[in-house]
Amino acid sequence: MDKFRMIFQFLQSNQESFMNGICGIMALASAQMYSAFDFNCPCLPHYNLAYGLGILLVPPFILFLLGFVLNNNVSMLAEEWRRPQGQRGKDRAVLRYMFCSMAQRAMIAPAVWVSVTLLDGKCITCAFCTSVPVETLGNASHPSLSQGEMKRVLARIPCKDIYDGQELIANEVAIRYLRCISQALGWSFVLLMTTLAFLVRSLRPCFTQAAFLKSRYWSHYIDIERKMFDETCAEHARSFAKVCIQQFFEGMGTDLAAAHCHPPRKAPADAGEAAEKLLGITDQGTMNMALKSWHRCKPPLHLHPPALPSGNGWAGEGQPPAHPAVPRRETAAYYSRV
Amino acid sequence: MDRFRMIFQYFQSNSESVMNGICGLLALASVKMYTCFDFSCPCLPWYNMAYSLGIMFIPPIALFFCGLILNRQSLVMLEEWRRPQGRRKKDLAVIRYMCSSIVQRAMVAPVIWIVVTLLDGKCLICAFSGSVDPEKFVGFANASPVQVQQLLAKVPCKDDELMRNNTSRKAVSRYLRCWSQALGWSILLILIVAAFLTCWLRPCFNQATLLQARHWSNYIDIEQKIFEETCCEHSRLFAHTCILHFFESMQQEIKLHSFSLPREGEGDLLRGITDQDQMNKLLKMWYCEKPPLDVS
Repeated sequence: MDKFRMIFQFLQSNQESFMNGICGIMALASAQMYSAFDFNCPCLPHYNLAYGLGILLVPPFILFLLGFVLNNNVSMLAEEWRRPQGQRGKDRAVLRYMFCSMAQRAMIAPAVWVSVTLLDGKCITCAFCTSVPVETLGNASHPSLSQGEMKRVLARIPCKDIYDGQELIANEVAIRYLRCISQALGWSFVLLMTTLAFLVRSLRPCFTQAAFLKSRYWSHYIDIERKMFDETCAEHARSFAKVCIQQFFEGMGTDLAAAHCHPPRKAPADAGEAAEKLLGITDQGTMNMALKSWHRCKPPLHLHPPALPSGNGWAGEGQPPAHPAVPRRETAAYYSRV
Repeated sequence: MDRFRMIFQYFQSNSESVMNGICGLLALASVKMYTCFDFSCPCLPWYNMAYSLGIMFIPPIALFFCGLILNRQSLVMLEEWRRPQGRRKKDLAVIRYMCSSIVQRAMVAPVIWIVVTLLDGKCLICAFSGSVDPEKFVGFANASPVQVQQLLAKVPCKDDELMRNNTSRKAVSRYLRCWSQALGWSILLILIVAAFLTCWLRPCFNQATLLQARHWSNYIDIEQKIFEETCCEHSRLFAHTCILHFFESMQQEIKLHSFSLPREGEGDLLRGITDQDQMNKLLKMWYCEKPPLDVS
């Protein structure tokens, strides 16, 4: 319990920096993914737009969902949202706080992807190369082509090796133009995101500080309560298993004693702990039978009460002769005072 | 409690250094961003100026906001500014001190971006290549005004077919780069001198007020941290008690229907729950009917 408490205090006091660290890692991963990705413009009239916009918008959506999936607190939010009211009221503000803080953190990696994509320029160049203003940038002396033909030629701008419209509009001119627009969009997006983040963070203390403190406290409480409950159940399971297994071995010992008609041996006082720990199983055959029995027929999930003290001094030996002992092989047994 | 105190002393002594560290990281990130960024001048008459000035000023604004967001003290300052007066007076000197220290730290990364941009020179060449006097450069002196504008706009693009072998292009580039670097170094010198003077002359003015403001701003920061820690500790104890009460109430119910604890030692931990059905019932109760938030 102490170690748990120490780790927990550390995480809780550093939770902000821990979560910020995770966000930073996801942002770096997003940038790395983009640089590892081999962008390959199709250079065909309608495919360019679909491909370019797809690369710009689909991975951020996936990263956003991934941000939610990787966040441990999502299940906590879902559980708190769906639980029946019972004796404890539900506070919508707490749910909103939890959702907002998760969504904010999940937005970082997609925002980094979109920024990096726009600042790099390949995506917008590919998507909008057919919309380049040929009248202003191109050579006026070139004979006019049909719309379809022009689009076909312009669509090849991103693919320098197959571009055949150099007389219509120089390849470098068009690419520079599109990249300039793309980078302008990228920096504007970055500025917009940072401004929004700044406003969200700084307006909160001006308006809803008391409600915020309340929501934050109770959302932390729900998290801690869930973890402590899990810890308590784990402790209980450990004790349950220990007692169950002890009773299993004791039951084996009794059975064997009964089968071999040996009176249950009282361990000599000087044999010490080792003899007790042997649990009455002292040879290979017996151990093998115990192991086989454990595999074939696990004991029921039900612990017997300890032996009641009886007059002949056998109390505490695990031999309840007068007690209605549960036969080992039954799968259900109840003790009831009713 | 000892552990708390230890962690706290660590935070208190290092609050300044944590903030300085973040400031330094942001400055490095600013330089890295500039080197990774692929500056690509459009080489078109009006677009050049808009693009370059955009690259010169928009990232610094974004970095400034980042510096404010990442600094924890900015929230503390805002809370102190907006809180109702209540029984504790508000000291504007403290708020001013906090504000100035936050803004100073947030200004480092933007200034570094601007200085690096100027020292590199590409931005200014792109922005002002259309504004140089064509008479000074042999290659551009004999063209018509419209053509001159077009040509000058293409100066930043070395690989453009018109500019590839033009020696005057290099002359214009060198000229503009020289101005750009002079401006960059001057700004750097001015800022460093200003910082130096501020550090040295500050003790001559209002030192006592400064010490007070610094002490109380530190105090507000620590008080906030301790409050959060205390809330965490309290919620942990609250949860612990709530869960114990829950298990005890389940134990009461079970005692009514069956035998009590099987064995000493493990008995306490088993809390009277000794079979599968009882455990299942407990888990179901926990979900369907959480205990009220009342441990009195």
